[in-house]
Amino acid sequence: MAGGTVTIDQLVRWLSRFDALMAENRSYLTELDSAIGDADHGSNMARGMTAVMEKIGATPSTAVDELFKQVGMTLVTSVGGASGPLYGTFFLRFGSTAGPVAELDAGALAASLRAGLGGILARGKAELGDKTMFDAMSPAVDALDAEIAAGADIATATAGAAAAAVAGRDATEPLVARKGRASYLGDRSAGHLDPGATSTAFLFQALAEAVA
Amino acid sequence: MKKLINDPENVLADSLVGVEAAHPELRVDHVNRIIYRGEPTKPGKVALISGGGSGHEPLHGGFVGFGMLDAACAGEVFTSPTPDQMQEATKVADAGAGVLHIVKNYTGDVMNFEMAAELAEADAGVKVETVVTNDDVAVEDSTWTAGRRGVGVTVLLEKIVGAAAEAGADLTAVGALARKVNAQGRSMGMALTSCTVPAAGKPTFEIPDDMMEMGVGIHGEPGRHRVPLAPAASIAQQLVEPILHDFDFTDGPSIVMLNGMGGSPLIELYLMYGEVKKILEKSGITVARSLVGNYITSLDMAGCSVTILKADDEILRFWDAPVNTAGLRWGV
Repeated sequence: MAGGTVTIDQLVRWLSRFDALMAENRSYLTELDSAIGDADHGSNMARGMTAVMEKIGATPSTAVDELFKQVGMTLVTSVGGASGPLYGTFFLRFGSTAGPVAELDAGALAASLRAGLGGILARGKAELGDKTMFDAMSPAVDALDAEIAAGADIATATAGAAAAAVAGRDATEPLVARKGRASYLGDRSAGHLDPGATSTAFLFQALAEAVA
Repeated sequence: MKKLINDPENVLADSLVGVEAAHPELRVDHVNRIIYRGEPTKPGKVALISGGGSGHEPLHGGFVGFGMLDAACAGEVFTSPTPDQMQEATKVADAGAGVLHIVKNYTGDVMNFEMAAELAEADAGVKVETVVTNDDVAVEDSTWTAGRRGVGVTVLLEKIVGAAAEAGADLTAVGALARKVNAQGRSMGMALTSCTVPAAGKPTFEIPDDMMEMGVGIHGEPGRHRVPLAPAASIAQQLVEPILHDFDFTDGPSIVMLNGMGGSPLIELYLMYGEVKKILEKSGITVARSLVGNYITSLDMAGCSVTILKADDEILRFWDAPVNTAGLRWGV
Protein backbone atom coordinates (compact mmCIF):
# COMPACT_ATOMS: atom_id res chain seq x y z
CA MET A 1 0.00 0.00 0.00
CA ALA A 2 1.01 3.59 -0.56
CA GLY A 3 2.67 5.07 2.39
CA GLY A 4 5.56 6.53 4.19
CA THR A 5 6.85 10.04 4.25
CA VAL A 6 9.92 11.96 3.19
CA THR A 7 11.39 13.85 6.11
CA ILE A 8 13.28 17.10 5.88
CA ASP A 9 16.44 15.20 6.80
CA GLN A 10 15.91 13.00 3.76
CA LEU A 11 15.35 16.07 1.57
CA VAL A 12 18.62 17.56 2.84
CA ARG A 13 20.28 14.21 2.12
CA TRP A 14 18.83 14.45 -1.41
CA LEU A 15 20.53 17.82 -1.90
CA SER A 16 23.74 16.62 -0.33
CA ARG A 17 23.81 13.51 -2.51
CA PHE A 18 23.09 15.63 -5.61
CA ASP A 19 25.93 17.95 -4.60
CA ALA A 20 28.27 14.95 -4.34
CA LEU A 21 27.15 13.59 -7.72
CA MET A 22 27.70 16.99 -9.36
CA ALA A 23 31.20 17.19 -7.87
CA GLU A 24 32.05 13.63 -8.95
CA ASN A 25 30.65 14.09 -12.45
CA ARG A 26 31.78 17.62 -13.05
CA SER A 27 34.24 16.68 -15.79
CA TYR A 28 31.86 14.16 -17.31
CA LEU A 29 29.05 16.73 -17.61
CA THR A 30 31.43 19.31 -19.03
CA GLU A 31 32.65 16.76 -21.57
CA LEU A 32 29.07 16.08 -22.66
CA ASP A 33 28.55 19.84 -22.92
CA SER A 34 31.74 20.23 -24.95
CA ALA A 35 30.29 17.97 -27.61
CA ILE A 36 27.15 19.98 -28.19
CA GLY A 37 27.30 23.07 -26.01
CA ASP A 38 29.84 25.40 -24.51
CA ALA A 39 31.69 23.23 -22.02
CA ASP A 40 30.44 24.63 -18.75
CA HIS A 41 27.54 22.50 -17.46
CA GLY A 42 29.62 20.45 -15.03
CA SER A 43 31.48 23.37 -13.53
CA ASN A 44 28.30 25.45 -13.30
CA MET A 45 26.25 22.76 -11.55
CA ALA A 46 29.09 21.83 -9.21
CA ARG A 47 29.56 25.50 -8.30
CA GLY A 48 25.82 25.93 -7.75
CA MET A 49 25.40 22.89 -5.51
CA THR A 50 28.48 23.81 -3.47
CA ALA A 51 26.86 27.19 -2.89
CA VAL A 52 23.59 25.48 -1.93
CA MET A 53 25.25 23.27 0.67
CA GLU A 54 27.09 26.26 2.10
CA LYS A 55 23.89 28.27 2.24
CA ILE A 56 21.77 25.67 4.00
CA GLY A 57 24.74 24.86 6.26
CA ALA A 58 24.68 22.85 9.44
CA THR A 59 21.18 23.92 10.48
CA PRO A 60 18.90 23.84 7.47
CA SER A 61 15.38 25.21 7.77
CA THR A 62 12.83 22.83 9.24
CA ALA A 63 10.11 23.89 6.80
CA VAL A 64 10.26 22.48 3.28
CA ASP A 65 9.12 25.71 1.59
CA GLU A 66 11.80 27.78 3.39
CA LEU A 67 14.51 25.23 2.67
CA PHE A 68 13.73 24.96 -1.03
CA LYS A 69 13.32 28.69 -1.44
CA GLN A 70 16.89 29.01 -0.21
CA VAL A 71 18.03 26.25 -2.52
CA GLY A 72 16.23 27.71 -5.54
CA MET A 73 17.43 31.26 -4.99
CA THR A 74 20.99 30.10 -4.40
CA LEU A 75 20.97 28.24 -7.71
CA VAL A 76 19.41 31.18 -9.55
CA THR A 77 22.04 33.54 -8.15
CA SER A 78 25.11 31.33 -8.44
CA VAL A 79 24.81 29.15 -11.53
CA GLY A 80 23.98 31.52 -14.39
CA GLY A 81 23.46 30.21 -17.91
CA ALA A 82 20.21 28.40 -18.59
CA SER A 83 20.74 25.81 -15.85
CA GLY A 84 20.54 28.42 -13.07
CA PRO A 85 17.03 29.69 -13.85
CA LEU A 86 15.82 26.19 -14.77
CA TYR A 87 17.07 24.27 -11.73
CA GLY A 88 16.38 27.30 -9.53
CA THR A 89 12.76 27.51 -10.67
CA PHE A 90 12.37 23.75 -10.18
CA PHE A 91 13.29 24.00 -6.49
CA LEU A 92 11.35 27.24 -5.92
CA ARG A 93 8.15 25.72 -7.28
CA PHE A 94 8.79 22.44 -5.47
CA GLY A 95 9.07 24.33 -2.18
CA SER A 96 6.08 26.59 -2.60
CA THR A 97 3.89 23.62 -3.46
CA ALA A 98 5.18 21.55 -0.54
CA GLY A 99 4.44 24.41 1.86
CA PRO A 100 5.57 25.03 5.46
CA VAL A 101 5.71 21.38 6.46
CA ALA A 102 8.39 19.20 7.99
CA GLU A 103 7.70 16.14 5.89
CA LEU A 104 5.92 15.10 2.72
CA ASP A 105 3.72 12.09 2.17
CA ALA A 106 3.78 10.32 -1.18
CA GLY A 107 1.04 12.48 -2.66
CA ALA A 108 2.69 15.72 -1.52
CA LEU A 109 6.06 14.61 -2.91
CA ALA A 110 4.46 13.82 -6.26
CA ALA A 111 2.62 17.16 -6.33
CA SER A 112 5.80 19.08 -5.44
CA LEU A 113 7.86 17.34 -8.13
CA ARG A 114 5.06 17.94 -10.63
CA ALA A 115 5.08 21.65 -9.73
CA GLY A 116 8.87 21.76 -10.15
CA LEU A 117 8.52 20.19 -13.58
CA GLY A 118 5.87 22.82 -14.40
CA GLY A 119 8.36 25.52 -13.45
CA ILE A 120 10.94 24.13 -15.85
CA LEU A 121 8.33 23.99 -18.55
CA ALA A 122 7.28 27.62 -17.93
CA ARG A 123 10.86 28.91 -17.97
CA GLY A 124 12.31 26.76 -20.72
CA LYS A 125 9.26 26.20 -22.92
CA ALA A 126 10.71 22.86 -23.99
CA GLU A 127 8.73 19.92 -25.25
CA LEU A 128 9.48 16.22 -25.09
CA GLY A 129 12.05 15.34 -27.71
CA ASP A 130 13.70 18.76 -27.75
CA LYS A 131 16.82 17.14 -26.22
CA THR A 132 16.80 19.01 -22.91
CA MET A 133 16.60 18.23 -19.19
CA PHE A 134 12.84 18.04 -19.67
CA ASP A 135 13.33 14.72 -21.53
CA ALA A 136 14.65 13.14 -18.33
CA MET A 137 12.48 14.97 -15.83
CA SER A 138 9.09 14.55 -17.45
CA PRO A 139 9.17 10.71 -17.61
CA ALA A 140 10.64 10.62 -14.10
CA VAL A 141 7.75 12.59 -12.64
CA ASP A 142 5.25 10.53 -14.66
CA ALA A 143 6.79 7.30 -13.39
CA LEU A 144 6.67 8.48 -9.80
CA ASP A 145 3.00 9.42 -10.18
CA ALA A 146 2.16 6.06 -11.72
CA GLU A 147 3.99 4.10 -9.00
CA ILE A 148 2.23 6.04 -6.26
CA ALA A 149 -1.15 5.66 -7.92
CA ALA A 150 -0.47 1.92 -8.06
CA GLY A 151 0.17 1.91 -4.33
CA ALA A 152 3.96 1.76 -4.22
CA ASP A 153 5.87 3.18 -1.26
CA ILE A 154 8.10 6.22 -1.64
CA ALA A 155 11.33 4.26 -1.93
CA THR A 156 9.93 2.17 -4.77
CA ALA A 157 8.35 5.17 -6.48
CA THR A 158 11.53 7.25 -6.42
CA ALA A 159 13.56 4.28 -7.66
CA GLY A 160 11.10 4.01 -10.53
CA ALA A 161 11.46 7.74 -11.19
CA ALA A 162 15.26 7.44 -11.22
CA ALA A 163 15.10 4.59 -13.72
CA ALA A 164 12.72 6.57 -15.93
CA ALA A 165 15.04 9.58 -15.79
CA VAL A 166 17.94 7.42 -16.95
CA ALA A 167 15.85 6.02 -19.80
CA GLY A 168 14.77 9.56 -20.71
CA ARG A 169 18.39 10.70 -20.60
CA ASP A 170 19.49 7.84 -22.85
CA ALA A 171 16.69 8.64 -25.28
CA THR A 172 18.19 12.10 -25.85
CA GLU A 173 21.26 10.62 -27.54
CA PRO A 174 19.89 10.22 -31.08
CA LEU A 175 17.80 13.39 -30.97
CA VAL A 176 18.46 16.61 -32.84
CA ALA A 177 18.36 19.45 -30.31
CA ARG A 178 15.69 22.08 -30.70
CA LYS A 179 16.33 24.22 -27.63
CA GLY A 180 19.30 25.81 -25.97
CA ARG A 181 22.87 25.99 -27.16
CA ALA A 182 22.88 22.55 -28.78
CA SER A 183 20.07 23.55 -31.14
CA TYR A 184 22.52 25.69 -33.12
CA LEU A 185 24.33 22.53 -34.20
CA GLY A 186 21.37 21.12 -36.09
CA ASP A 187 21.93 17.49 -37.11
CA ARG A 188 25.36 17.50 -35.53
CA SER A 189 23.79 17.47 -32.08
CA ALA A 190 22.56 13.90 -32.70
CA GLY A 191 24.67 11.08 -31.27
CA HIS A 192 25.41 12.83 -27.97
CA LEU A 193 23.67 12.64 -24.60
CA ASP A 194 22.13 15.91 -23.52
CA PRO A 195 24.11 17.31 -20.56
CA GLY A 196 20.99 18.79 -18.91
CA ALA A 197 19.10 15.49 -19.15
CA THR A 198 22.17 13.81 -17.68
CA SER A 199 22.36 16.09 -14.64
CA THR A 200 18.61 15.59 -14.19
CA ALA A 201 19.07 11.81 -14.13
CA PHE A 202 21.59 12.38 -11.31
CA LEU A 203 18.99 14.53 -9.52
CA PHE A 204 16.53 11.61 -9.44
CA GLN A 205 19.24 9.10 -8.61
CA ALA A 206 20.11 11.28 -5.60
CA LEU A 207 16.46 11.42 -4.53
CA ALA A 208 16.06 7.65 -4.75
CA GLU A 209 19.25 7.10 -2.75
CA ALA A 210 18.22 9.63 -0.11
CA VAL A 211 14.89 7.96 0.63
CA ALA A 212 15.97 4.35 0.18
CA MET B 1 46.25 24.14 -21.16
CA LYS B 2 48.74 27.00 -21.04
CA LYS B 3 47.16 30.23 -19.89
CA LEU B 4 48.12 33.39 -18.02
CA ILE B 5 46.04 32.53 -14.98
CA ASN B 6 46.45 31.73 -11.29
CA ASP B 7 43.65 29.24 -10.82
CA PRO B 8 40.92 28.24 -13.30
CA GLU B 9 38.30 28.94 -10.62
CA ASN B 10 39.37 32.56 -10.15
CA VAL B 11 39.92 33.75 -13.70
CA LEU B 12 36.99 36.15 -13.72
CA ALA B 13 37.60 37.64 -10.26
CA ASP B 14 41.31 38.11 -10.97
CA SER B 15 40.60 39.67 -14.36
CA LEU B 16 38.20 42.19 -12.84
CA VAL B 17 40.96 43.24 -10.43
CA GLY B 18 43.08 44.00 -13.48
CA VAL B 19 40.29 45.90 -15.22
CA GLU B 20 39.97 48.15 -12.20
CA ALA B 21 43.73 48.62 -11.96
CA ALA B 22 44.06 49.52 -15.64
CA HIS B 23 41.02 51.77 -15.87
CA PRO B 24 40.65 54.28 -13.06
CA GLU B 25 37.84 55.85 -15.09
CA LEU B 26 35.73 52.74 -14.41
CA ARG B 27 34.30 51.43 -11.16
CA VAL B 28 34.18 47.70 -10.51
CA ASP B 29 31.73 46.07 -8.09
CA HIS B 30 33.67 42.90 -7.33
CA VAL B 31 30.91 41.29 -5.27
CA ASN B 32 28.30 41.57 -8.02
CA ARG B 33 30.82 41.49 -10.87
CA ILE B 34 29.59 44.67 -12.48
CA ILE B 35 31.67 47.25 -14.35
CA TYR B 36 30.27 50.80 -14.13
CA ARG B 37 31.38 54.13 -15.49
CA GLY B 38 33.24 56.10 -12.84
CA GLU B 39 30.63 58.85 -12.98
CA PRO B 40 27.02 57.98 -12.14
CA THR B 41 24.50 58.10 -15.00
CA LYS B 42 23.59 61.70 -15.87
CA PRO B 43 20.11 62.47 -14.49
CA GLY B 44 17.54 61.99 -17.23
CA LYS B 45 19.80 59.88 -19.46
CA VAL B 46 18.57 56.41 -20.37
CA ALA B 47 21.00 53.85 -18.96
CA LEU B 48 22.33 51.09 -21.20
CA ILE B 49 23.20 47.79 -19.58
CA SER B 50 24.53 44.68 -21.15
CA GLY B 51 26.29 41.60 -20.00
CA GLY B 52 26.86 38.00 -20.70
CA GLY B 53 29.38 35.30 -20.21
CA SER B 54 33.00 36.34 -19.88
CA GLY B 55 35.56 35.33 -22.47
CA HIS B 56 34.26 37.73 -25.15
CA GLU B 57 36.40 40.72 -24.19
CA PRO B 58 36.28 43.59 -24.92
CA LEU B 59 32.53 42.75 -24.95
CA HIS B 60 30.89 43.84 -22.64
CA GLY B 61 32.94 45.52 -19.94
CA GLY B 62 35.28 47.07 -22.50
CA PHE B 63 32.38 49.04 -23.91
CA VAL B 64 31.41 50.74 -20.66
CA GLY B 65 32.02 54.48 -20.87
CA PHE B 66 30.92 57.69 -22.53
CA GLY B 67 28.88 57.01 -25.65
CA MET B 68 28.23 53.34 -24.98
CA LEU B 69 27.22 51.34 -21.89
CA ASP B 70 26.57 52.55 -18.36
CA ALA B 71 27.17 49.13 -16.84
CA ALA B 72 28.10 45.61 -17.86
CA CYS B 73 27.54 42.43 -15.86
CA ALA B 74 30.15 39.73 -16.18
CA GLY B 75 29.14 36.09 -15.91
CA GLU B 76 31.49 33.15 -15.53
CA VAL B 77 33.30 32.18 -18.72
CA PHE B 78 30.65 31.60 -21.42
CA THR B 79 27.93 31.54 -18.74
CA SER B 80 25.37 34.31 -18.51
CA PRO B 81 25.39 36.46 -15.39
CA THR B 82 22.67 35.89 -12.82
CA PRO B 83 19.45 37.90 -12.32
CA ASP B 84 20.57 39.45 -9.03
CA GLN B 85 23.67 40.90 -10.72
CA MET B 86 21.63 42.46 -13.49
CA GLN B 87 18.99 43.69 -11.06
CA GLU B 88 21.71 45.44 -9.04
CA ALA B 89 23.23 47.01 -12.17
CA THR B 90 19.78 48.11 -13.31
CA LYS B 91 19.00 49.78 -9.98
CA VAL B 92 22.37 51.51 -9.70
CA ALA B 93 22.59 52.72 -13.30
CA ASP B 94 19.03 54.02 -13.54
CA ALA B 95 18.94 57.82 -13.46
CA GLY B 96 15.18 58.08 -13.60
CA ALA B 97 14.85 57.73 -17.38
CA GLY B 98 14.78 53.95 -17.43
CA VAL B 99 17.17 51.25 -18.52
CA LEU B 100 17.73 49.41 -21.78
CA HIS B 101 18.85 45.80 -21.39
CA ILE B 102 20.91 44.65 -24.37
CA VAL B 103 20.71 40.86 -24.45
CA LYS B 104 22.27 38.43 -26.90
CA ASN B 105 19.92 35.67 -27.96
CA TYR B 106 21.31 32.77 -26.00
CA THR B 107 18.88 30.82 -23.84
CA GLY B 108 20.70 31.52 -20.58
CA ASP B 109 21.15 35.23 -21.22
CA VAL B 110 17.52 35.64 -22.21
CA MET B 111 16.20 33.75 -19.15
CA ASN B 112 18.40 35.55 -16.64
CA PHE B 113 17.77 39.03 -18.07
CA GLU B 114 14.03 38.26 -18.14
CA MET B 115 14.09 37.39 -14.44
CA ALA B 116 16.21 40.50 -13.73
CA ALA B 117 13.80 42.83 -15.51
CA GLU B 118 10.87 41.33 -13.60
CA LEU B 119 12.72 41.78 -10.31
CA ALA B 120 13.90 45.34 -11.06
CA GLU B 121 10.43 46.46 -12.07
CA ALA B 122 8.73 44.78 -9.11
CA ASP B 123 11.37 45.80 -6.59
CA ALA B 124 12.50 49.28 -7.48
CA GLY B 125 9.97 50.41 -10.08
CA VAL B 126 12.69 50.86 -12.69
CA LYS B 127 11.38 51.03 -16.26
CA VAL B 128 13.17 48.42 -18.32
CA GLU B 129 13.14 47.94 -22.07
CA THR B 130 14.86 44.93 -23.57
CA VAL B 131 16.38 44.36 -26.97
CA VAL B 132 17.45 40.82 -27.85
CA THR B 133 20.03 40.71 -30.64
CA ASN B 134 19.77 37.82 -33.08
CA ASP B 135 21.96 38.54 -36.09
CA ASP B 136 23.72 35.21 -36.70
CA VAL B 137 22.75 33.84 -40.11
CA ALA B 138 24.61 30.60 -39.40
CA VAL B 139 21.49 29.46 -37.60
CA GLU B 140 19.37 28.56 -40.57
CA ASP B 141 16.47 26.55 -39.32
CA SER B 142 15.20 28.90 -36.67
CA THR B 143 11.81 27.24 -36.25
CA TRP B 144 13.63 24.30 -34.67
CA THR B 145 16.07 26.25 -32.59
CA ALA B 146 15.89 28.88 -29.90
CA GLY B 147 16.22 31.38 -32.75
CA ARG B 148 19.32 32.99 -34.14
CA ARG B 149 22.21 33.81 -31.86
CA GLY B 150 23.06 37.37 -30.98
CA VAL B 151 26.66 38.05 -31.97
CA GLY B 152 28.58 40.88 -33.69
CA VAL B 153 25.71 43.28 -34.17
CA THR B 154 25.66 43.67 -30.38
CA VAL B 155 28.87 45.73 -30.60
CA LEU B 156 27.54 48.04 -33.31
CA LEU B 157 24.23 48.37 -31.50
CA GLU B 158 25.87 49.35 -28.22
CA LYS B 159 27.83 52.08 -30.03
CA ILE B 160 24.93 53.50 -32.02
CA VAL B 161 22.27 53.30 -29.35
CA GLY B 162 24.76 54.53 -26.75
CA ALA B 163 25.24 57.70 -28.78
CA ALA B 164 21.48 58.17 -29.05
CA ALA B 165 21.08 57.84 -25.28
CA GLU B 166 23.94 60.30 -24.79
CA ALA B 167 22.12 62.73 -27.10
CA GLY B 168 19.04 62.58 -24.89
CA ALA B 169 16.74 60.08 -26.62
CA ASP B 170 14.08 58.71 -24.27
CA LEU B 171 13.61 55.05 -23.38
CA THR B 172 11.02 54.40 -26.07
CA ALA B 173 13.18 55.98 -28.76
CA VAL B 174 16.28 54.18 -27.55
CA GLY B 175 14.44 50.86 -27.58
CA ALA B 176 13.06 51.49 -31.07
CA LEU B 177 16.50 52.41 -32.44
CA ALA B 178 18.01 49.31 -30.84
CA ARG B 179 15.43 47.08 -32.52
CA LYS B 180 16.00 48.82 -35.84
CA VAL B 181 19.76 48.28 -35.68
CA ASN B 182 19.27 44.64 -34.76
CA ALA B 183 16.78 44.12 -37.58
CA GLN B 184 19.21 45.55 -40.15
CA GLY B 185 22.33 43.68 -39.04
CA ARG B 186 23.58 40.22 -39.96
CA SER B 187 26.67 38.21 -38.97
CA MET B 188 28.45 34.99 -39.82
CA GLY B 189 31.49 33.50 -38.10
CA MET B 190 34.08 30.77 -38.54
CA ALA B 191 36.77 29.05 -36.50
CA LEU B 192 40.17 27.64 -37.37
CA THR B 193 40.71 26.23 -33.88
CA SER B 194 38.71 25.56 -30.76
CA CYS B 195 39.12 27.73 -27.71
CA THR B 196 39.96 26.35 -24.28
CA VAL B 197 37.60 27.19 -21.42
CA PRO B 198 39.84 27.53 -18.32
CA ALA B 199 37.52 25.49 -16.08
CA ALA B 200 37.34 22.72 -18.69
CA GLY B 201 41.11 22.67 -19.13
CA LYS B 202 41.16 21.44 -22.71
CA PRO B 203 39.86 22.52 -26.10
CA THR B 204 36.06 22.42 -26.41
CA PHE B 205 36.33 20.54 -29.68
CA GLU B 206 39.02 18.93 -31.78
CA ILE B 207 39.50 20.07 -35.32
CA PRO B 208 41.99 18.54 -37.74
CA ASP B 209 44.68 20.79 -39.24
CA ASP B 210 43.08 20.70 -42.68
CA MET B 211 39.54 21.53 -41.60
CA MET B 212 37.63 24.56 -40.32
CA GLU B 213 34.26 25.19 -38.67
CA MET B 214 31.84 27.44 -40.51
CA GLY B 215 29.03 29.17 -38.68
CA VAL B 216 30.39 29.26 -35.15
CA GLY B 217 28.99 31.46 -32.46
CA ILE B 218 31.04 33.03 -29.72
CA HIS B 219 31.15 30.28 -27.12
CA GLY B 220 33.61 27.98 -28.76
CA GLU B 221 30.75 25.70 -29.60
CA PRO B 222 31.33 23.72 -32.76
CA GLY B 223 29.92 25.36 -35.86
CA ARG B 224 27.17 24.25 -38.13
CA HIS B 225 29.37 22.67 -40.79
CA ARG B 226 32.91 21.37 -40.78
CA VAL B 227 34.55 21.97 -44.13
CA PRO B 228 38.04 21.76 -45.61
CA LEU B 229 40.37 24.64 -44.83
CA ALA B 230 40.46 27.13 -47.70
CA PRO B 231 42.33 30.30 -48.70
CA ALA B 232 41.11 33.56 -47.16
CA ALA B 233 39.35 34.64 -50.36
CA SER B 234 37.20 31.53 -50.22
CA ILE B 235 36.57 31.86 -46.47
CA ALA B 236 35.45 35.45 -47.06
CA GLN B 237 33.09 34.22 -49.75
CA GLN B 238 31.67 31.55 -47.43
CA LEU B 239 31.09 34.16 -44.73
CA VAL B 240 29.62 36.94 -46.84
CA GLU B 241 27.40 34.87 -49.12
CA PRO B 242 24.94 33.65 -46.48
CA ILE B 243 24.71 37.20 -45.11
CA LEU B 244 23.86 38.72 -48.48
CA HIS B 245 21.49 35.85 -49.16
CA ASP B 246 19.60 36.73 -45.99
CA PHE B 247 19.29 40.51 -46.26
CA ASP B 248 19.49 43.14 -48.98
CA PHE B 249 22.28 45.62 -48.30
CA THR B 250 22.41 47.19 -51.76
CA ASP B 251 20.04 50.11 -51.21
CA GLY B 252 22.03 52.16 -48.72
CA PRO B 253 25.36 52.58 -46.97
CA SER B 254 26.65 49.81 -44.69
CA ILE B 255 28.84 49.53 -41.63
CA VAL B 256 31.07 46.44 -41.78
CA MET B 257 32.89 44.82 -38.88
CA LEU B 258 35.57 42.19 -39.42
CA ASN B 259 35.90 40.74 -35.96
CA GLY B 260 38.60 38.48 -34.61
CA MET B 261 37.68 35.59 -32.32
CA GLY B 262 40.66 36.23 -30.07
CA GLY B 263 43.34 33.94 -31.49
CA SER B 264 43.94 35.41 -34.96
CA PRO B 265 46.50 38.18 -35.42
CA LEU B 266 45.55 41.53 -36.91
CA ILE B 267 47.57 40.84 -40.06
CA GLU B 268 45.14 38.04 -40.84
CA LEU B 269 42.09 40.07 -39.85
CA TYR B 270 43.10 42.93 -42.17
CA LEU B 271 43.80 40.42 -44.93
CA MET B 272 40.33 38.98 -44.42
CA TYR B 273 38.80 42.45 -44.41
CA GLY B 274 40.40 43.15 -47.79
CA GLU B 275 38.80 40.02 -49.19
CA VAL B 276 35.40 40.84 -47.67
CA LYS B 277 35.49 44.41 -49.01
CA LYS B 278 36.24 43.14 -52.54
CA ILE B 279 33.23 40.83 -52.44
CA LEU B 280 30.95 43.56 -51.08
CA GLU B 281 32.03 46.02 -53.77
CA LYS B 282 31.39 43.43 -56.45
CA SER B 283 27.94 42.86 -54.97
CA GLY B 284 27.08 46.55 -55.19
CA ILE B 285 27.30 47.29 -51.49
CA THR B 286 28.62 50.66 -50.32
CA VAL B 287 30.77 50.34 -47.23
CA ALA B 288 30.48 53.66 -45.40
CA ARG B 289 32.33 52.71 -42.21
CA SER B 290 34.44 49.77 -41.13
CA LEU B 291 35.87 48.26 -37.99
CA VAL B 292 38.62 45.62 -37.94
CA GLY B 293 39.87 43.95 -34.77
CA ASN B 294 38.95 41.84 -31.75
CA TYR B 295 35.61 43.13 -30.45
CA ILE B 296 33.48 40.08 -29.60
CA THR B 297 35.85 37.23 -29.02
CA SER B 298 35.73 33.61 -28.00
CA LEU B 299 38.72 33.34 -25.64
CA ASP B 300 41.68 32.05 -27.66
CA MET B 301 39.77 30.72 -30.66
CA ALA B 302 41.39 31.47 -34.02
CA GLY B 303 38.93 32.66 -36.61
CA CYS B 304 36.77 35.62 -37.43
CA SER B 305 33.28 36.85 -38.06
CA VAL B 306 31.77 39.36 -40.44
CA THR B 307 28.95 41.69 -39.40
CA ILE B 308 27.17 43.91 -41.88
CA LEU B 309 24.75 46.58 -40.74
CA LYS B 310 22.57 48.52 -43.14
CA ALA B 311 22.95 52.14 -42.09
CA ASP B 312 21.21 55.44 -42.81
CA ASP B 313 22.01 59.06 -41.95
CA GLU B 314 20.79 58.68 -38.38
CA ILE B 315 22.79 55.49 -37.77
CA LEU B 316 25.94 56.96 -39.34
CA ARG B 317 25.61 60.13 -37.28
CA PHE B 318 25.38 58.09 -34.07
CA TRP B 319 28.21 55.84 -35.25
CA ASP B 320 30.49 58.85 -35.76
CA ALA B 321 29.59 60.44 -32.41
CA PRO B 322 32.37 60.50 -29.80
CA VAL B 323 32.97 57.37 -27.78
CA ASN B 324 35.37 56.81 -24.92
CA THR B 325 35.61 53.26 -23.67
CA ALA B 326 38.43 50.79 -23.12
CA GLY B 327 37.48 48.85 -26.25
CA LEU B 328 36.36 51.59 -28.62
CA ARG B 329 37.46 55.21 -28.64
CA TRP B 330 37.18 58.03 -31.14
CA GLY B 331 36.21 61.67 -31.42
CA VAL B 332 37.26 62.51 -27.87
